[in-house]
Parts: sequence; structure tokens; C-alpha cells
Amino acid sequence: MKRPASIRKRLFYQLAAVAAVLSLAFVLVVRGVASRAAEGTQDDILAASATAIADSLTSEQGEVTLELPYSALSMLGTINEDRVFYRITVNDGTLTGYADLPANNLPTRLDTPVFSTEVYRGDEVRLTSILRRVSNTAAGSQVVVTVAQTRSGLAAISRRITITATGVGLLFFLLATTLSLLAANSALRPLNRMTGTVARRGPSDLRPVTGEAPTELTPLVDALNSFMARLRSSLSRTEDLITEAAHRVRTPLATVRTQAEVTHRKLNKPEHKQAIRDMIRAIDESSRSAGQILDHAMVTFRADSLALDPLDLATLVTETCDRLSPTAELKDIALLMEQPDGPVPFKGDGIMLQAALHNILDNAIKYSPEDSDISVRIEINSVLRLSVTDQGRGFGDMDLAGLTSRYSRGANVGDVVGSGLGLTIADEVARAHGGQLELSHSEEGQGACVSLILPYN
Amino acid sequence: MRVTHFTLQLIAAMSLWVGAAQAFEIEDRQVYTASPETSVLHIISTADRAVFEPILLAFQADNPGISIDYTITGTTDLMKAIYEEDAVFDLAISSAMDLQTKLANDGYAQSYIPQSAPELPDWAIWRDQLFAFTQEPAVMVVSDKYFDKGTAPQTRDALIELLRQNPEKFRGRVGTYDVRRSGFGYLMATQDSRTSETYWRLMEVMGRLDAQLYCCSGDMISDVASGKLAMAYNVLGSYAASVVAATEGVQIVELTDFMNVMLRTVLIPSSAENVPDARAMVDFLTSLRRYPELVEASGLPPLDTAALQDNPALRPIRFGPGLLVFLDQLKEEKFLRSWENSILQELP
Repeated sequence: MKRPASIRKRLFYQLAAVAAVLSLAFVLVVRGVASRAAEGTQDDILAASATAIADSLTSEQGEVTLELPYSALSMLGTINEDRVFYRITVNDGTLTGYADLPANNLPTRLDTPVFSTEVYRGDEVRLTSILRRVSNTAAGSQVVVTVAQTRSGLAAISRRITITATGVGLLFFLLATTLSLLAANSALRPLNRMTGTVARRGPSDLRPVTGEAPTELTPLVDALNSFMARLRSSLSRTEDLITEAAHRVRTPLATVRTQAEVTHRKLNKPEHKQAIRDMIRAIDESSRSAGQILDHAMVTFRADSLALDPLDLATLVTETCDRLSPTAELKDIALLMEQPDGPVPFKGDGIMLQAALHNILDNAIKYSPEDSDISVRIEINSVLRLSVTDQGRGFGDMDLAGLTSRYSRGANVGDVVGSGLGLTIADEVARAHGGQLELSHSEEGQGACVSLILPYN
Repeated sequence: MRVTHFTLQLIAAMSLWVGAAQAFEIEDRQVYTASPETSVLHIISTADRAVFEPILLAFQADNPGISIDYTITGTTDLMKAIYEEDAVFDLAISSAMDLQTKLANDGYAQSYIPQSAPELPDWAIWRDQLFAFTQEPAVMVVSDKYFDKGTAPQTRDALIELLRQNPEKFRGRVGTYDVRRSGFGYLMATQDSRTSETYWRLMEVMGRLDAQLYCCSGDMISDVASGKLAMAYNVLGSYAASVVAATEGVQIVELTDFMNVMLRTVLIPSSAENVPDARAMVDFLTSLRRYPELVEASGLPPLDTAALQDNPALRPIRFGPGLLVFLDQLKEEKFLRSWENSILQELP
């Protein structure tokens, strides 16, 4: 059997089944009790009738005789219109009445009515018999008074009770089923509430679930919390590893580069110098690629748990430009900053934004010709636009949207080494902040314009 | 001798033995042929033809095609015919409520719910087998020769007093039913005895006055009309009324202490062959009240709950197993013995 997938359904079906069983039990019990009560009433009246007849037994000149009381039979007609039969036997001979009335269950004790149910003249009848001793002779006579009544009135009462009980039982069942539905919903409300709380969380909200949980859910909440704690520590280990890896790769590369430069200065042969220059370029590229891969990993990781720290974008831009200005100066490139006076407050992940801007600027410097300008601009209208415009070769007439995918590079950059990760990083940072990366041609017609468009709040 | 349960059995056994087809006594028989005839309704009844003919003809007018075979017999013979001799009739109409009750109780009637059932009072139907369609009080009929208008006694006590004080005047001039021969008389006598002890005193007084005993209301009333009787006690009111309307010199006295009201009943015997027509007739009879001209013509007073409520002296006999009591062999023997002791006295 397939188990119902929903707790609510299972709960409901089980409660409904219980209600059905209870309703059925109710109907049977009520019917049984009421039928017995009705039967008891009939038995009582039959016994009263038989007793009244027995009381009117007398002896006359040595013979048992009877003055049948009118009320003895008329009382049987008061509650229903059932047929009535009777018989009086004296020492096993019928004195009067219906001689063929069944006599299977005869009383053995004086004045104690016995009851039985028989079929007589095509109908089920209830019989009661009572034993009397009449002292008509010295020995006395054993007189049995039997009164019988058909049970169609009883059957009608029983039918009526059954219908009523069934109706009530059905109502009870419907009511109970409705209530079980409500109960199932109500019982699951804490679970739903908790589900809602957890579902509403950001993808990287790994704080423990607090709030009141029903006792039954406490182990689940505890397990969830412990799971999240493990996840959190695992994530923080990953972050540490990334930082560590970045550090471990970059630092030796920097050392190698320094050594290579020193060696370059010491060498005289042009072919050796060229070899070292190639080496330095390769080291630079490696360092840059490693940086970008780490940046990308870092951005991906941080995007999952975006920190929304208040920061000043103007400062961030200035710092980033300052850090890159030595590289720019090597190619006589001027970094021109255009930004509003005063701080530009923004809520976001400073490290990610810095990485994005760093990569955009780095790209711009890489593809800019010597002795050119790169402008970094912050514009605020409905959104915040942080754009970097260079005077380089631009994007040509290629598909701008494809450029932001990972490891994709422009068609016109074959001569420049690069990993193709720079714009991907910028794009992911923009998306993580709910914004987008816009690539366009610069207004002067030559060069590229890369803009981080962020929602400004 | 009124036929008892046991003698009935004896008669049945004998008739079986002799092989006689019908041992019950037929007083009269009339066939009302319909043309074209589609079915025949066999009715056994205790009601005189004069009384019932208008009803039968009206029924035929309403239900063309039904021929009616109307057999008239006494109340005990009717009982005997159905109870003992398995005579086949589609309908049994009788004024003896007790015998009809016994037929229904012992399983000789079949159930039917008449169309008019919702309008009928509860006491008019028993077991959906016995249907009352008239209510007829037992009245006293007195002769104008003996009583000027309004001078007849109004209660049984007054009657007893009058008879006691004028024995010579009324000797041999008082009539009542021979309860040994008339089922209706027996029913009225037993109900009287249940209702009041004055019944036995009255019988005692009437016995001393050499009461004349009759089998039927008709003879009794005509003897009162002719002046042979001064009074007749316990006469069927409906007959009395029809005779009084047609005859001079008779008054009806409705006693004010109590009047037992007999319900004329119809039942469909379990052996009925033409049940649909029998049911149609039951429907017709139980809605008799809707045909005033028939009530007028037959003189049968229809059921009228209001009349019973207006006159507290009217005591309708109730259906129920109580009616079986006086049909009990011992009870009947004792009652008849008491009755004979009271009414059949050696004249001094």
C-alpha cells in the first residue's frame, strides 16, 4: 500500500476513519439499547396482562374458572395495534383461548413470567407465560396463563429508531469529519509556520531557527540547526581556504616576479633578456589569472551570502583606482574620476564591488592604448550607474551579451592574454546586488563602456 | 344460543365432515349486474338491502363495470363464513365490531391504507385492516301510545324507576335484543355492562316484566310502532331513525347518561380475490361523509368526531384487543348465564 504523501491527508483520513467507527458504534448501541427498551416495554405490558388474567382465576365448584378482565387485553392495545393471543391451560388442558398457541417455554416457578419469541399464524409473536396454583381441589391445579402479542409495532419503533440513529450518526460523522479537517490543519499550522520561516530566508541565511516550535518538532529544529551550524562552519572553512589559496599562490608569484626582474637587469644578452621578459609576462598573467579565478570563486561564494554593509562607493572607487594607478602609469594611462561631491552611500558587499571594479578597470587598462584616458564615473538617477569608459579597441561588432559568460573573450583580443573571467566576475557582482552589467560602445565612438548598474536605495 | 368459538369449530368440523359447501345462513342475496361487466365484487354484509342499496348503486355509478354480489347474513354467520368456512368474499361489512376485530386479530383480514386515511380520525382505523365508516348509537325507541312527546325517561335510572313503579303497565311490553342470537345485541349488552352497573339492574327489572327478546332491530321497531311494545331498549339508531321518519307513533329516546356508539366496519378478508375493487369500495365507504344524499338515503350516519365531542353521553366503542375479551369462551358463557338469570325469570 502506498503511504499517503501528505501528513494532513493521513491525519484527516485516520480521524475520519475513527469518526466513522464511532458513528457506527453509536448507531448500533443506540439501536440496541432502544430496541431493548422497546422490547422491555412490551414484555412489561405482556407480564402485567398475564398477571391481571392470573389474578382473575377462581375456583368454582371444584373447577378452575376465569373472569377475563377487559383491561387485561385492552391494555395491550394502548401502545400499538398489534394482534393479541392468549391461552389459559389447567393441568395441561386448554381452559380457554387459542389452543394452538406455541408452548415451548413454560414457566416452572410460580408467579415468575417467562418470555419467548415464536412464530404464530405467520407473524413473530412475543409470548409471556405465568404459572399459578389454584386451589380448586385438595391437590390444587397448575394454571398457565400465556399472553402473546405480535411485534409489528415494535418493528416500526425499531425502524424509526434505526432511521433516527442512522441520521444522527451520519450527522455526527459529517461533523466529526469537518472537525478532523480543521484539526488536521490546526495541528499542522506550527509546521507550516516553521516551513514559512525557513522558506522566507535568504539562500545563505544560516542562522539557527528560533521561535516556538511544538515539542514534536523540537528534534527536527535541533537537527536542522545543527545541520546549518555544520554548513556554516564548512562554508567559513571554504572561505578561509580561498583566502589562504589566494595568498599562497600570489605571494610566491610576486617573489618569483621580483627575482625575475632582478635577473633581467643583470642579464646582458638580448635573447636572455627577452626570455626573462616573456617569463615576467607569463608570471603576471598567471598572477592575474589566479587572482581572477580566486576573485571569481570568492564572488560566487559571497554572492550566496551577500553582505549588505553600508559603505561609501566614492571611497571604494578612489581606493581601487589608486591601487591600479601604478599599472596604468606604466602605459601612461590617466584614470579620470567623475563622481558627485561627498560620499555616495550604498549598501552592499564592499569586497565584491571592489573585485568587480578592479576587474573592469584591469580590463580597460589592458585593452587601452598607451597614453590614453580611462574615465570612471558615478551617476545617480533612478539607479546607480558606475561606468568605466576607455579609448581602446572597444567590443567591435560582436555579441555583447555573450561576453559576460565565463571564459568567453572578445573576438578582437587574440593578441592580449586573458582568462575571460573579468566581465563574468563584474556581471555576477552586479546580479548579486540586484543590478546588471551593461556593455556599450563609448560615446566618442571608439572604446568600450562597461557599466555596473545597481539599484540605488 | 350464540355461537361461540368452540361451537364454531365444531360446526366447521361437522360441515367439513358432511361436505356441506356453506353452513352459514344466508338471509338474502342480491346481484347488481353491471353492463358491460368487467369484474364482480363479492360482499358479505350484515346491513339490510334497503339500507345499503343506495350506497351500492352510487358506488356502481362511480365505478362502472363492477357487478356487486351482495350477500346479507347475520353477524355471527358472517364470522362463521370467514373464520370457519373459508368462504371467499372480497369485502366483509358488519356491525359487530368485536367479531370484526377478532377476524383482523386472528389474521383473516388484509391491510390497506385508504385514500381518505389522512382525513379519518385515528380511532376509525385499526391495524390498517378494519375501517369504520359509520357511527351508530344504540338508542331507545318508545311508542306514542305509552309516552307523550317528551315524557319518556331520559336516563337508565329513571327508566328503572318507571318500570318498577308501573309493572302492570309494561309487563310484556318491553323489548330488547336476544343477545344469544344477535351479535350486535351482544356487543351492546357487554359494552353496557362494562360502562355501568345499571345495566344489570335494568335487565333484572326487564326480566321481571317478561321482556320480549328480538333478533333484529327491524322487528323490534315495528312492534313498537304497532303498539305491541311500549319501548325497545338498545336499538340501532340508524334503523330507528329511518323507521321513525316513515312511521307514525314512534319516538327515539337518546338516553343522557350514556349511549354506546357502534362503528360499522368493513374489512378486506385475506382470502379476497378481487382486491382492487374491494379497496375501491373501502375508499368509497370511508369517504361516505362526502355524499350527503347517500347518508340521507341509507340513513347511515357517517363518522363525525365533532358530534362525539359535542355530546358527552356518546361513548364510541374503541377498537383494540379489549373487544376480544367478551368473545372469550368462558367470559361469554358467564355473561350469558348472568344475562339469562336476569332476563329469563320465572314469572310469579
